[in-house]
Amino acid sequence: MTTSPSSAVRTFPLAPTPRSRWRVARLIMWPTIAFVALLVLPWVVYPPIAMDIAAWALFAMSIDLLLGFGGVLSFGHAAYWGSSAYLTGWVAVNTGVPFPVAILIGALGAMVLAVPIGMLSVRRSGIYFAMVTLAFGQMIYFIANQLSVITGGENGLQGVPKTFFGIEAVEKESFFFYYAAIPIVVLGALAAWRIVHSPFGRVLSGIRDNPERVRALGYDVERYKLIAFVLSAGLAGLAGGVYAVSHGFVSLQEVDWTTSGKVVLMTVLGGIGTLWGGPIGAAIIVLLEDYLASAGFEGIGIVTGLIFIVCVVLFRKGILGTILAFVDRARTGGRGMPRFGRADRLAAPDSVTATNTAHDEEGNHAPR
Amino acid sequence: MHPDDTSAAGDVILHAKGLTKTFRDFTAVDAVDLSVKRGTIHALVGPNGAGKTTLFNLLSGFLKPSGGTITFDGRDITGMQPENIAHLGIARSFQITSLFEKLTALQHLELALGSPTGVGFQFWRSEKRLARFRDRAMDLLDQVGMASLADREVGHFAYGQKRAVELALALALDPQLLLLDEPTAGMGIEDVERTIELVDRISAGRTVVFVDHNMHVVGTLADRVTVLQQGAILVEGSYDEVRNDEKVITAYLGQANV
Amino acid sequence: MDAFIQYTAQGLAAGGFYALAALGLAVIFGALNVVNFAHGAFYMLGAVLTAVLLDVAGINFWVALVLVPVILFGFGIIIERLLVQWLLGLDNLYSFLLTFGISLVLVDVIKIRYGVSGLPYGQPPGLEGLIRIGAVQLPVYQVFVFVFSVLVCLGVWLLLAKTRVGVIVRAATEEPERARALGINVGLWVTPVFGFGVALAGIAGVLAAPFRAITATMGSSFIIILFAIVVIGGLGSILGSVVAGFLVGLVEAYGQGYASTFSQIIIFVLMAVVILVRPAGLFGRKESA
Ligand SMILES: Nc1ncnc2c1ncn2[C@@H]1O[C@H](COP(=O)(O)OP(=O)(O)O)[C@@H](O)[C@H]1O
Ligand SMILES: [Mg+2]
Repeated sequence: MTTSPSSAVRTFPLAPTPRSRWRVARLIMWPTIAFVALLVLPWVVYPPIAMDIAAWALFAMSIDLLLGFGGVLSFGHAAYWGSSAYLTGWVAVNTGVPFPVAILIGALGAMVLAVPIGMLSVRRSGIYFAMVTLAFGQMIYFIANQLSVITGGENGLQGVPKTFFGIEAVEKESFFFYYAAIPIVVLGALAAWRIVHSPFGRVLSGIRDNPERVRALGYDVERYKLIAFVLSAGLAGLAGGVYAVSHGFVSLQEVDWTTSGKVVLMTVLGGIGTLWGGPIGAAIIVLLEDYLASAGFEGIGIVTGLIFIVCVVLFRKGILGTILAFVDRARTGGRGMPRFGRADRLAAPDSVTATNTAHDEEGNHAPR
Repeated sequence: MHPDDTSAAGDVILHAKGLTKTFRDFTAVDAVDLSVKRGTIHALVGPNGAGKTTLFNLLSGFLKPSGGTITFDGRDITGMQPENIAHLGIARSFQITSLFEKLTALQHLELALGSPTGVGFQFWRSEKRLARFRDRAMDLLDQVGMASLADREVGHFAYGQKRAVELALALALDPQLLLLDEPTAGMGIEDVERTIELVDRISAGRTVVFVDHNMHVVGTLADRVTVLQQGAILVEGSYDEVRNDEKVITAYLGQANV
Repeated sequence: MDAFIQYTAQGLAAGGFYALAALGLAVIFGALNVVNFAHGAFYMLGAVLTAVLLDVAGINFWVALVLVPVILFGFGIIIERLLVQWLLGLDNLYSFLLTFGISLVLVDVIKIRYGVSGLPYGQPPGLEGLIRIGAVQLPVYQVFVFVFSVLVCLGVWLLLAKTRVGVIVRAATEEPERARALGINVGLWVTPVFGFGVALAGIAGVLAAPFRAITATMGSSFIIILFAIVVIGGLGSILGSVVAGFLVGLVEAYGQGYASTFSQIIIFVLMAVVILVRPAGLFGRKESA
C-alpha cells in the first residue's frame, strides 16, 4: 500500500501529479475538440444539417446529464425540446424579438413545464422514472395537438423568422445563421459541463451510484433529482429553440415520443456518462438519417432500431466511453480501477445496486 | 466504557415504543420497546433475520413503521424522512459497505461535511468549493486512522479501511446518536481490535447503538445489551446478565461460535 | 343513460385488451425483470397477422384467435433467446432500451411491407350486429371482447394460482426476492414466460383487429398507455395490472364520450394523481418510505 504522509497532502494540494495533469488535459481536451468541430462543421456539411447536429448534440447532453450523472433515464424529453420549440417559434412570430431572446424564453418555458412533471416523476426511480416521463411526454404531445391556437395542431407552427438585429446575412443564409446561433449551443454545453463538475454534480453522481447512502448523509435526494431534471429540461429547451428557428417551422414531431427515443439513442451511442459522447452520437445519427432520407429509404426505424440493439447488446460503453476506457487502460497499464460511470455500474451491478433496481416500487428501497 | 460520561448523563435520548414493521404478512420487527440512555453504548444482538437491520432502518427513517413511535431527544421522529433524521443528529453506517468506488476518501468526507451547508445545491460553481471542508475532513480521517490514504480512491481500499471510512462518514455529521450496523463483520482479528478501540474513542460525548455478532466486541464495548429474536425483544440487560440468561442460552444453542 | 351504458361497454371492451396486454407486461417483468417496450409492437403484430392471415390464407377470426398467440409465443421465444437473455443480469434500463430498438425495427418493417394506411378487417363471423340488453343495444363484438378477455384473465390467474409452474411464476412476479430466497429457479421459466407474455399481447392484438385501425403504428400509443396502466396498477401486481387495464379503458371511453377534447389527456392525469397519492400504484406494495 503506497502511503503519503497527510502533511504533504495538506501542504501541496495542487502539486501537479501525473494524474492531475492528465485530468486537466482531459478536461480541456474534449471541450476543445468539440469547439473546433463545431466551428468547421458548416464547411464540411450542408449548414442546416450542421445546425441540426449542434442542436441534437446539446439535446443529447441534456439527457446524459440526467442519465449519466443522475442515474435516471428520461424517456419523455421531447416534451421540453418540443415545448420550447413551440414557445420559441410563437414568440419569434408574434413579437419580432431577436431569435436568441425567443430561444431563451422558450427554454425558460420548458423549465417551468419541467417543474410539475419533474416533481411527480422523481417520486419514482429506475425503470419507473423512464415509464412515467414517457407517459407525461405523451400527455404534452396531446396537449400540443389540442392547443392549435399556438401550435397550429397538425399543420404545425409555420414561418418562424430568424430575426437578428436586421443583419440580413444571418436572417437569410443558413451558413451565417449557424455562426449566430452556435454560441447558444456552446453556452448550453458549457453549462452542462459546469453542472457536472460542480458541488451539485458531485452530489448527483453520488445519488446515481448509491442514493441510500447519500440520503443517510442528509441530502434530500428527490430535490436534487428535481433540480437536475429542470436544468436538463432547460438545456433541452435551448436545443429545441435553436432547432425551431433553424427550420423556421415547428411540427408535432418535436413533441413526439420518437423524438425522445432518438435523443436517448444518440446518448447511448455516444456513451452514457461521458457528457461529450452525446454530440458524437448526434452527429452520426443526424448524418445517417439525412443520408438515408436522401437515398429514398423508407425504413429509417429499421436502421436506428438495429443500431440501438447492437449498441445495447454489444457496445454498452458507446463510442466515447469505449475510447475513454481504452485510453484509461493504456494509461494505467491495465492495473487501474475501472471507470465508475453509469455504464460500468449498469454493466456490473453490485449487490446494493441489484436490490435497488430489482423491484423498486416506491422510488427507494430499504438498505441492508 | 465511559464511567464519567454515564454519570453525567442518564436521560433517555432514544425511545422506541411498540415499534412494529410488517412486510406483507411477515412481521420483521414486533412491538419493540427500546430505551437508549444518553452517552451509553448499546448493543443489539440476535440471530440473522432477527430484525436488527430492519430496526435500524426504522430508526433512521429508511422504513416507515407499521406501528409504534420513535422519540429522539424528546422529539417525535416517527415517519420522518431519512435526510431530516440525519440533520437532527442520527447518523448510521450500513451493514454492507456502501461507498463510492471512484471517489477518494477525502471526497467522501467533503460530501458528508457539505450536507448541512447546502453547498450541494451550487450547480454554477466549481467543485473546488468543496476544498474548504478539507481540514475538517482530514481531521476526521485522522481520527479513524485513514489520513494517509485521503487522496486515494476508496475502490482500492481493503475491507477494514472501507469500514473505517464508513465510520468517518457517520462521524462527519457530528451526530448525537450513532447507529452502527455490524461494524466488525467480515474483519480479521486485528481489524476487529482496531475497530473496538475506534468505536470506543469516537463514542466520547455521543450515544452509540451497534449491532454485532462478535460477543467479544459486545462484551468489551457495550454498557447495555438488547437481544432480539424473531423481531421481538428477548432480554435486555448488562452484558453479564444477558450472557447468563436462560432464554438467551436456549436461543443461541447450536450457534456454537457465540 | 343509454349513452353511458354504451360508453361503458366500449370502455370495458377496450379495457379488455389493455388488461390482457398489461398482464403480459407484468408477468414478463416479474419473471425477467424486463419492462418490455416492444409489447406494443407485439400487439400490433397480433393485429396485423390476424388481418394478413385472413387476406392470404382465408383464416378466419376464430382460428386466428388460437393461431396468432401461438405464433407470437414462438416469436417471443426467439427474441428472448436471441437478444433479451444477454441483458438479464444487467440494470433493466438496458433491456428497456433493447426492446425499444426491437419495436422500432418491427414497426418500420411492417410499415414498409404493408404501408401506412390501415389494413381492412371486418366483423368476425357470428359476432356481427347488436345485442339487446334491457333498453340498450350494444355491439355483440364489444360484449364478446369484454367477456372473452375476462375469461382469459381468469384462466391466466388459475394457471398462476393452481399449477406448479404458475406458482413459481407468480412468486417471481409478486415477490421476486422471496422467490429467490426460497431457491426457486426462476431462470428455467424465463424463456417460456417471455413467450407467454408476448402471446398475451398477441391475443390483445387479435381482439383489437376488428375494433381498431390496423396500422404499423397502432402499438406506439398503445405501449405508452400500457405504461401508464402499470404505473397506476403497480407493475409488481398481477391483479393491479388487470384492474388498471379495465379502469383505463373505461376512463378513455368516458373521456371520448363526454369530453373528447381531453380524452387522451385524462389517462395521464389519472396517472399523476395515483403517483401523488399512492406512488407504488393502486395495488403496489407499500413497504418503504
Ligand atoms: N424489504 C423487505 N421486504 C421483505 N422482507 C424483509 C425486508 N427487509 C427485511 N426483511 C425480512 O425481515 C427479516 C429481518 O431482516 P433483517 O432486519 O435484515 O435481519 P438482521 O439484520 O437481524 O439479520 C428477515 O427475515 C428479512 O428477510
Ligand atoms: Mg442485518
